[in-house]
Amino acid sequence: MNRSIRATEAGLLALAGLVIGVAYVLVSLGRSSALPANLIGFLVALFVMFVAAHIGVRKLAPLADPLIVPIAVMLNGLGYVFIARLNEQLAAQQAGWTAVGIVGFVVTLAVVRRVRSIERIRYTVGLVGVLLLLMPLVPGVGRLVNGSRIWVRVGPISFQPGEFAKIALAIFFAAYLVERRELLGTATFKVGPFLTPDPKHLAPVLIAWGFSLMVMMFQRDLGSALLFFVLFMTVLWLATGRASYLVVGGGLFAAGAYLSWVMFTHVQSRVAMWLDPWQDAQGKGFQVIQATYAFAWGGTAGTGLGLGIANRIPYQETDFIFAIVGEELGLLGTTAVLVMFLLLIGCGFRIAVRSTDPFSKLLAGGLTTLIGFQSFMIMAGVTRLLPLTGVTLPFMSYGGSSLVSNWVLIALLVRLSHEAAVSEAEASSAAMSAANMTTVLTVAR
Amino acid sequence: MNTQLKKLAIALMVCYLALFVRLNVLQVVDAKEINAKPGNSRKIERDFNRPRGDIVTADGVLVAHSESTKNRFRYQRVYPTDDLFAHVVGAYSLMFGSDGVERQYNDELSGNTPEFKLQGFINPFVDEPNVGTVGLTLRSDVQRAAKEALGEREGSVVALDPRTGEILALWSFPTYNPNVISINDPNIARGFKESYNADPEKPLLSRAFRDRFFPGSTFKVVTGAAGLESGKVTEESPNYPPAKGYKPPLTTKTISNFGGSTCGGVLVELLRVSCNSGFAQMGSALIGPDPMISQATEFGFNDTPPLDLPGTVKSVFPTDFGAKVRPSETPGDADIYENTPGLAQASIGQGNVSATPLEMALVAGAFGNSGNIMSPHVMDTIRDRNGETVTEFAASVWKQPISVATAEVLRRAMIGVVANGTAKSMAISGYEVGGKTGTAQLGTAEPRSHAWVIGFAGPSGEAAHVAVAVIVEGQPGASEQTGGAVAGPIAKRVMEVALTSVPQPQPAGK
Repeated sequence: MNRSIRATEAGLLALAGLVIGVAYVLVSLGRSSALPANLIGFLVALFVMFVAAHIGVRKLAPLADPLIVPIAVMLNGLGYVFIARLNEQLAAQQAGWTAVGIVGFVVTLAVVRRVRSIERIRYTVGLVGVLLLLMPLVPGVGRLVNGSRIWVRVGPISFQPGEFAKIALAIFFAAYLVERRELLGTATFKVGPFLTPDPKHLAPVLIAWGFSLMVMMFQRDLGSALLFFVLFMTVLWLATGRASYLVVGGGLFAAGAYLSWVMFTHVQSRVAMWLDPWQDAQGKGFQVIQATYAFAWGGTAGTGLGLGIANRIPYQETDFIFAIVGEELGLLGTTAVLVMFLLLIGCGFRIAVRSTDPFSKLLAGGLTTLIGFQSFMIMAGVTRLLPLTGVTLPFMSYGGSSLVSNWVLIALLVRLSHEAAVSEAEASSAAMSAANMTTVLTVAR
Repeated sequence: MNTQLKKLAIALMVCYLALFVRLNVLQVVDAKEINAKPGNSRKIERDFNRPRGDIVTADGVLVAHSESTKNRFRYQRVYPTDDLFAHVVGAYSLMFGSDGVERQYNDELSGNTPEFKLQGFINPFVDEPNVGTVGLTLRSDVQRAAKEALGEREGSVVALDPRTGEILALWSFPTYNPNVISINDPNIARGFKESYNADPEKPLLSRAFRDRFFPGSTFKVVTGAAGLESGKVTEESPNYPPAKGYKPPLTTKTISNFGGSTCGGVLVELLRVSCNSGFAQMGSALIGPDPMISQATEFGFNDTPPLDLPGTVKSVFPTDFGAKVRPSETPGDADIYENTPGLAQASIGQGNVSATPLEMALVAGAFGNSGNIMSPHVMDTIRDRNGETVTEFAASVWKQPISVATAEVLRRAMIGVVANGTAKSMAISGYEVGGKTGTAQLGTAEPRSHAWVIGFAGPSGEAAHVAVAVIVEGQPGASEQTGGAVAGPIAKRVMEVALTSVPQPQPAGK
């Protein structure tokens, strides 16, 4: 059974490798009509990383869903191809970060042998999450980049602790809400004809909301603030099933959005540029207009890899990489990326549904929401479906913190998937032995 | 918890579905509109960041190519011959778009045809772009002869091969330097463009195929052709008695002969001395409106020549001379119409007739080519980067205005005009040269006129190898000698060069 699962995974990895390898060659042909100089090195590195990830799963989580790692690899590889096409220097760094990410993935699988073990240290994890999030605000350590205070520099290493904080917070929210869900889910308070939870249980919601607003205010990080709040509200709702929380959360979100709109000019300009970027085409609207042009220029089939007009969109390697995909691979390429994220989301929810213990369910749901909603936010932003909130496109955007943290996130999903399969197998073998017992008894009689 | 998970999954699915719809709108539904937005420079970026094919004359002179630069745009269009081919090739400009061959054959020059795209797929390892080289029918030696012979006089010279429709020279003065308009620096380009636009002599306008003039007496060959084709005129009749002028019915205005001279006789004689009274009477009183209109139309008037250059204009001959007033007084003559006086003017190329120099060269060529007018064209071949021909212009007949017999009568008549008529200045020893002069009076207080000649030349016994039309605008004087004296030598010089064999093309330098 597990052998065929892993064989499927190996096959899918080989397919992803083929696609990435071909894309890498094509992008180089498109740019300079020459094979990439480091092709052999690239293919070897690709192979080593795939084998490492695959063996990691085989040894440490043999029953895990075979789709998760190949999809992550595919997105990671495709993102790398585009970064290599845009900026070779960044590509070299991204290659390094990919290696670190894969190591992080295997190490996480090795360290987190049982999900329960992290449930136990939930408060520590929660504290770490909050500290990570607050780190950029510490004078001397935090750095202000592009108007946002989300970077930290410790010695030679700079990173965005918020990327890791979101995983820690997902774990903490899941553990905390599992503990409290009976309490939070009980309707005891009457508002008119409606039974709602006791207002005092709304405190956590208010805390999460206030916390998000603080992130918004002090770090000027619209995307992360929204992501944290959505994460919390989702996990809370998953745990309690109380729609009233969503109503309250929606109200708070509206209030928060209004507050930030009033308080911050950059929020106002984001909204204005969403409604009509052409009112300041050379200034604030430039980026999103250039992205729009890139998507339209790509059309159905795209210009072809390496044949688009790059270097027009600010932050094209990070937040706006999806626009370059749109230009060079067209609607077909963007749809493929959408489908890959949807498949990943599907895997995540399948894990959540198959898991038996509530903490695993909540954690799987929370992690899936993180990756699914973050991807949606940035893709909706660059296509002007929603106002732009600067977050990375998981696995595809350039950036070490984002890449490594997403590999850790994937490791947790793989771990959860393995455990769900194990508990399912145990349940069925228990049922089987129970059935056998009955048969034996019948015969004996 | 599973219920919530399911709902959450559906919610995310809806989000992604919305994204998918949005992508369809951006990339398919609205794509064209977005690509065409005024601020969207993607098309320009694409075009100016890749090289573009060369444009080369029939004798191998490079007239347009792309040079790589270190500026914002990687390529700059350069025209090594400066103004010599400006009106033909056009300028390929970042700011003002393009014109001429640059515009007409943009897809070939930028490699946007299926053939060139296919080559890119077949040979992905070749870094050179798959762009086409446009080979022109024009010869730099003929074009240069036209430029030098016309000098700094306003006017046009058109030379073409009547057997194929290949344009050999297409020159008009004043002209412009395409290099200063196509320069990628928008400020410099704008400055030059504005000064060219402000120039009252319109140097950007090619007078050779985008402007019309009274053809004057050169049009008499069309009147003669109409007479022969209608059967009302033969080589022997009518034989008009010598007269100082002709007064059409319904007017008091006499059409007089040049310099008050007296002339008359049969067709060949009328043509030799360019007799106004004879042709005015022949067109208006003998031939009549309908045969004149249809003959002019068959020669290509009121129809845009299929020249492969944008903005070619049609020549004009009136299509209505009013209602019939009374029947003719002499049997066999045309009836009298309200505007028979206008028809008399039109018969000698005045009044409401106007023609491009291109059209008049095509008319001249018809007599040298058994009555056929071939489709005029400037593109000869499209070649790929290896010099292999991808497309060759297929010669085709545009008009067949007259029979072989009519063509032969007028061909000999025009040879007579050169041999001992008004166009002696066009004679080239060793070749059969036919011609017709014209002096289109402008009716100015101080007499001024357009000096015209049209003609053809070739070895004896063969179809003509070259046909020309030359106009020098606004020359002082109004005597019939003006056309032959002013424009004749230019036509002679250009035809002489065109009759030499094409210099061996130098291999196009890479």
